[in-house]
Amino acid sequence: MFGFLLLALIVVVVLFAISSYNRLVSLKNQVANAWKQIDVQLKRRHDLIPNLINTVKGAMNFEKDTLEAVVSARNQAITASTSGNVAATAAAEGQLTGALSRLLAVVEAYPDLKATGNVAQLQEELTGTENKIGFARQLYNDTATQYNTAQQSFPTMLFAGMAGASPATLWEITDEGERAVPNVDLSMNTAPK
Amino acid sequence: MSPAGNLFAQQEANRKASRRLVAGFVLFIAWLGFGGDIIWYLASRNSAAPGTLSGVHIFPGLGLLLLAIAGAMAWWGYHFGATSLIKATGAREIETPDTDEERQLVNVVEEMAIASGTRKPHVWLVPDAAPNAFATGIHSEDAHLAVTQGLIDTLNREELQAVVGHEMGHIVNLDVRLMTLLTALVGVVAVIHNNAFRVMRFGGSGRSSRSRSSSKSGGGMGVVVIVLLVVWIISWLIAPLVTRYMAMKVGRSREFLADTMSAQFTRNPGALAHALEKIGGSTVKPTMIPKSSAQLCIADPYHSAWGDREGKFADLMATHPPLRERVRRLQEMAYQNAGTSDSLQSPLSMSEA
Repeated sequence: MFGFLLLALIVVVVLFAISSYNRLVSLKNQVANAWKQIDVQLKRRHDLIPNLINTVKGAMNFEKDTLEAVVSARNQAITASTSGNVAATAAAEGQLTGALSRLLAVVEAYPDLKATGNVAQLQEELTGTENKIGFARQLYNDTATQYNTAQQSFPTMLFAGMAGASPATLWEITDEGERAVPNVDLSMNTAPK
Repeated sequence: MSPAGNLFAQQEANRKASRRLVAGFVLFIAWLGFGGDIIWYLASRNSAAPGTLSGVHIFPGLGLLLLAIAGAMAWWGYHFGATSLIKATGAREIETPDTDEERQLVNVVEEMAIASGTRKPHVWLVPDAAPNAFATGIHSEDAHLAVTQGLIDTLNREELQAVVGHEMGHIVNLDVRLMTLLTALVGVVAVIHNNAFRVMRFGGSGRSSRSRSSSKSGGGMGVVVIVLLVVWIISWLIAPLVTRYMAMKVGRSREFLADTMSAQFTRNPGALAHALEKIGGSTVKPTMIPKSSAQLCIADPYHSAWGDREGKFADLMATHPPLRERVRRLQEMAYQNAGTSDSLQSPLSMSEA
């Protein structure tokens, strides 16, 4: 009888260990995938900008500075992304977000400009791209928070080492109004709120 | 508790509630089928010679028959339900957007697919002036999301995004699969109920031969068996109503869940509240969406007015929770979100409709 109980206990513990381990591994891969999604969307934004600039260059001759700011921010972002430095990439992408949001604001300020077919298209594409980056970041942060919580909760934490789990860093932004420049904090001690 | 924490806690509570409902539903169906087998077994055991199993009902034929018919109906819904509905609405798939509004729709769907971490569903546009939207498809990788022309015309970008987020919530939660299965179970109960009544009324041979054989053993039936039999027969009498009620209740809890999923994806519950108010306030009657698929839509297209569903019985059988209650919960979420650092929307200023 005692032997049977012991056996049952061992089976339960082993099953639990397996499910905890699998959950951690699955979350880890989800976090990696979510991170890649941000990358995909950033690359899309880089590819989109030259076409859009060409489309509106004629119509927006009088806002050369705004357009040039977007182009240079884009070039910096591409340089940063090839360097592989996460903090630099995040900072450069933040600059680009700021430049693009100024472009959007300019378009908003000129109703005549907005009425032009190409510009309406530009506006929609920019909004869409910015949203996609934002949602990709949100998914990443949500998944990373789940992953971190699983690693820190008892008893899943007992298997964190075995599953090779380490805390994922959140991509944090401080929100100032509608579309502010992301203020990126990639330090390792950020805890989910 | 942070707003996001509250959001996920609400989702968890909602999932638990609908798990309990589904479990109750399945138990009720099991009682209708296998309960009959157990009663038959008990009754036939009482009349059989002690120590033998000859004449005893051992094989649970009733329960398995019920399962087989339900399985067949579910299989049909599984394979043909999703696409047949889309075709019935006369929808047109948007593969490459041509106009600005199509581009916006496709972008919004792509955004919500990213936010939910699933593959982008097929996007369909239904030529219907009544604002509505629905999602269908059994797998989250091969889902279909349809919105009406009226929805695009009525809502702004944020509201459209919130509605698409609600539909993506259904897709992620595999609600179409769940509701297809429940509908199949409701259907099999209705079919058997109707046929059994017809057979009884006209004294069909199948039923009467069984009752003749069991009347032989009537004297040997214990009180327990008789009580069980009475309860079982009553269960069958009310079964169509009960199963339908339970399926609708599950559906309503999935609607609330999808609302919170939309809030999770957009972080903008106020936009969905506004969208629901606009959809509910619309007086345009749907022309393309069949009545039978009302449960798939974001709001019941045939009972959209605010006041006309406050009745007790209507609420019990409604496919959707009252709009007023959904809007109230979303507003609550929006107020909790406002004033925190990660809120993206301004506080709502909504008047009571």
